[in-house]
Amino acid sequence: MASHGLSPSLNRLLLALKYATFQPRCCAVHKAHYSTVYNGNEKTFDKILIANRGEIACRVIKTCKKMGIQTVAVHSDVDSSAVHVKMADEAVCVGPAPTSKSYLNMDAIMDAIRSTGAQAVHPGYGFLSENKEFAKRLAAEGVTFIGPDTHAIQAMGDKIESKLIAKAAKVNTIPGFDGVVKTAEEAVKIAQDIGYPVMIKASAGGGGKGMRIAWNNEETREGFRFSSQEAASSFGDDRLLIEKYIDNPRHIEIQVLADKHGNALWLNERECSIQRRNQKVVEEAPSTFLDPSTRRAMGEQAVQLAKAVQYSSAGTVEFLVDSKKNFYFLEMNTRLQVEHPITECITGLDLVEQMIRVAKGYKLHHKQEDIPINGWAIESRVYAEDPYKSFGLPSIGRLSQYQEPVNLCNVRVDSGIQEGSDISIYYDPMISKLVTYGATRAEALSKMEDALDNYVIRGVTHNIPLLREIITHPRFISGDISTNFLPEVYPDGFKGHQLEASTRRELLASAAALHVASQLRSQRILGNQRVEVCGQWSLASPLLPLTINNTHRMLQLLSYPAFLLQFKVRVLSKLAAELNSYMPEKVPEDTTSILRSPMPGTVVAVSVKAGDTVAEGQEICVIEAMKMQNSLTAVRQAKVKSVHCKAGETVGEGDLLVELE
Amino acid sequence: HPVVAALPQSSSQRDCRWYSVSNLSVKERIEKKRKAALLGGGQKRIDAQHKKGKLTARERVELLLDPESFVESDMFLEHRCSDFGMEQDKNKFPGDSVVTGRGRINGRLVYVFSQDFTVFGGSLSGAHAQKICKIMDQAMTVGAPVIGLNDSGGARIQEGVESLAGYADIFLRNVLASGVVPQISLIMGPCAGGAVYSPALTDFTFMVKDTSYLFITGPDVVKSVTNEDVTQEELGGAKTHTTVSGVAHRAFENDVEALLNLREFFNFLPLSNQDPAPIRECHDPNDRLVPALDTIVPFESTKAYDMLDIVHAIVDERDFFEIMPNYAKNIVVGFARMNGRTVGIVGNQPKVASGCLDINSSVKGARFVRFCDAFNIPIITFVDVPGFLPGTAQEYGGIIRHGAKLLYAFAEATVPKITVITRKAYGGAYDVMSSKHLRGDVNYAWPTAEVAVMGAKGAVQIIFRGKENQAEAEAEYVDKFANPFPAAVRGFVDDIIEPSTTRKKICRDLEVLASKKQVNPWKKHANIPL
Repeated sequence: MASHGLSPSLNRLLLALKYATFQPRCCAVHKAHYSTVYNGNEKTFDKILIANRGEIACRVIKTCKKMGIQTVAVHSDVDSSAVHVKMADEAVCVGPAPTSKSYLNMDAIMDAIRSTGAQAVHPGYGFLSENKEFAKRLAAEGVTFIGPDTHAIQAMGDKIESKLIAKAAKVNTIPGFDGVVKTAEEAVKIAQDIGYPVMIKASAGGGGKGMRIAWNNEETREGFRFSSQEAASSFGDDRLLIEKYIDNPRHIEIQVLADKHGNALWLNERECSIQRRNQKVVEEAPSTFLDPSTRRAMGEQAVQLAKAVQYSSAGTVEFLVDSKKNFYFLEMNTRLQVEHPITECITGLDLVEQMIRVAKGYKLHHKQEDIPINGWAIESRVYAEDPYKSFGLPSIGRLSQYQEPVNLCNVRVDSGIQEGSDISIYYDPMISKLVTYGATRAEALSKMEDALDNYVIRGVTHNIPLLREIITHPRFISGDISTNFLPEVYPDGFKGHQLEASTRRELLASAAALHVASQLRSQRILGNQRVEVCGQWSLASPLLPLTINNTHRMLQLLSYPAFLLQFKVRVLSKLAAELNSYMPEKVPEDTTSILRSPMPGTVVAVSVKAGDTVAEGQEICVIEAMKMQNSLTAVRQAKVKSVHCKAGETVGEGDLLVELE
Repeated sequence: HPVVAALPQSSSQRDCRWYSVSNLSVKERIEKKRKAALLGGGQKRIDAQHKKGKLTARERVELLLDPESFVESDMFLEHRCSDFGMEQDKNKFPGDSVVTGRGRINGRLVYVFSQDFTVFGGSLSGAHAQKICKIMDQAMTVGAPVIGLNDSGGARIQEGVESLAGYADIFLRNVLASGVVPQISLIMGPCAGGAVYSPALTDFTFMVKDTSYLFITGPDVVKSVTNEDVTQEELGGAKTHTTVSGVAHRAFENDVEALLNLREFFNFLPLSNQDPAPIRECHDPNDRLVPALDTIVPFESTKAYDMLDIVHAIVDERDFFEIMPNYAKNIVVGFARMNGRTVGIVGNQPKVASGCLDINSSVKGARFVRFCDAFNIPIITFVDVPGFLPGTAQEYGGIIRHGAKLLYAFAEATVPKITVITRKAYGGAYDVMSSKHLRGDVNYAWPTAEVAVMGAKGAVQIIFRGKENQAEAEAEYVDKFANPFPAAVRGFVDDIIEPSTTRKKICRDLEVLASKKQVNPWKKHANIPL
């Protein structure tokens, strides 16, 4: 960190240099990120503590460095050599690996704040970012919380209260009725008032349980009968919920930015419809679906809501949008959102910088008419997970090789890991956020394709094959997406890229050429030089830039002799291939009588013991990994032969859990 | 069927010029015999062999060697048995039950024999042994490795003692060739009885899964003698020998996989003890830094990590041919390259039994080190060893005697020896693992290294027995000994290096050590504690 004695401009220069050596990137990228110039004369804080880890901690530290603010990282013991710890000026260990004992450990974090003298805390996302208790404790000690006031966190944190406030602020909410409905005709009347289609269910039933969808009066009557019976019998609670049903909804959210002086802006939308298990996978800004008037309407309503709760800092108002561009308030996230970089790309604002300024009490510089939509940005969330199992089950391991495609222009990678980092079961399995930018959507998409192809990740299973399939899928390219995209496009689950005849030929030809290069090299042993070969094959590089039939292709060599789209290619000589036909097929393991862990994690519960008889579909045990509990069930009726795990144990992927007879 | 011809095919022009009428009939006979030899035991038996998922002796040779490089010898040699009707023409097969000759693997010379199961079940006759001995003698004369592809039912019972003599002739040559040229056995079918000792005497034994067996006596005899019920696979299959007995060094899925892998393996080996370790063109920068290594050793000294991660990260192109990957997994041994040059890697594996040395890992390590030393292959040793495994099982099993083998092997070796202490180097095991004291050429310590007689807890209990404040004493011990300094100030390690620079440093050292000359005192032969 540069000392404070230097003039502001020199100070900035040194910081830039330091940053440049930390992670060199091409300058065009920076331009794409933030077009606004940081004003070094505006004094904010001397020292900020970042109460988070991983990529978001690194992201916040980068802006702090730009602003000449010292940074304090907190970390768990297993994170002691993590990237965010190395990047920060100071680091404090706040406990052991489990988040409840470290990143959620308010006592330890408060101690860290006191011992380092940090004046403000940036909470990132997740962890303590929307915890009003934490915000209160900071306020009590005179430390600034970089985020909204406790009041706004509380108001928006409650699902019911937030809807009421939104309604009062004239924000579109999903029209509905929640109460005792006495007769079927009353239900029909309510449904007609709302407008079809409607969803009917018992108020007490959680999630989608017992949900009925009615498109007309007859179906409403039927739904009423079904749901009121269920409400009475299952829950002993007569109340019914009748709500507008949003068919094929899109998830579109508006970024808002507000200061403590009653000014609030909307920074356009982010399209986040591509999701799996309610978690976003690919996001873009702007959305292909919104026209300027809808955008303005959504933006204005988002600002109304922000003003209604005296919101300050960056926040996100999430909407569901139906196929007729009707939009309905879903919830407001009172923090910096994971996918904020795409908004930064198209508006040129540094949201973290704005959050810090606002927290210090400065007014927003910008007016609504200053907020542009420049070009198009797309974000892919690169996860350590196996996309072939329910679009992504967590995978863990050590990044034995790791190379971000940052050499490409207009590519931004927000990550908090590096080669050699461990992806552990304790934290979110996100490897990075890969953001590409272009003047048009097509440009951004093509850049994304390049970036995914050039991304080298070895040692953990990752979802790049799925990401690449999504961004090149005709439905995605045409913008015809909804939150049901993945299950609709891959009804049987993601099976990997299907090679066409021509690409198969290209792949085979490349593999063969690679094989030849390797074979020729095997003959180049000192004192045994028999063959002269020209070529640019580097057999050590994980990336193979090839020109095949005049098209550039990027191939990744996973291991020799096998082949980011993973295809196993075996190259055999003609003779070996002929003889291979005599080789017997090996009988695979009988998987119906054994249960193996589909992913690494902790055994939460074992529901059977040896000698028990289980029915098909009966739960055998529950494995928890990265915030997810997975129930493993029997594939057929059988007697349990032996149990190889117990509750509390950690298991690896493929570990034998239970054997059936 | 592709034809493997040893002699140039004659053209019709030549026929007229060189052969008289009487010669013509000889020529026909030559062609006929040659054709018969190529067919081995006949098409029916070839089909049966294929049906079992096995290739024929000739197909195996062809796949193993570079195309058209095979030069066959003794294609016309026949057995000389005249008992039990063996003298009849239908019981004579030109070349008998083995195919022998020389050829090239990636242009490098190798001698090879391939037992032919289609002829008398590949059984070993005097003629069969004679053929093998002939190529072994030639291999010794010119200095080239011998590869044996074993697929034999055993002795030719009809020949009696002649067959036994044949085995002994081969065993003797195996012993004489030991340490002179590399000898590799690939078991591709049955190999039972006395026959097992030839592979056992060679440097490496590989097996094919599900189709190969090695045992002294088969399941039937076992049943009658010890009354044990055991299947062929359980008794002597690939899994047994690569995981339990340690007889075989690796197993492969099928014949094709095995032969192709053998070609890869061959690339690592020098041709004889007169040749230096081969150097292949290298695309992996020799000064490549490996930042990932700076964080690979966990902070808690009790936590495990995978030594293979270190090995893969340091060697050329992550290419590591592991020897005995499923046996005594607490030690990792195998071949790799550094800047193109073949090296032998030995490493304690903290992931398995904390990387301690026990009977099996000592023997596994010792045999590998001795191979490398015999064939001029530099040895790189990665040390993270908490000591020898205690307990009655080990003491009764003779850990003292077996542990001494590894000590002996490292001490005796005169090839370049580079050692990297990644974490623990405790007690006698520190001495054993290619320490400076055993003539290590370059010994490095990572900053995480702890060279001491034992761990802090145990040491404090002895040094400060009865002292009240054990925790304080432990802290003092850790401060003094749980770091690389005690070894570094005495010159027992040459330098304390950043882990990320390990590859670069080793590559540089190997260049310098290429001209290392060290000779042990003259002796008839040494006396390793067997």
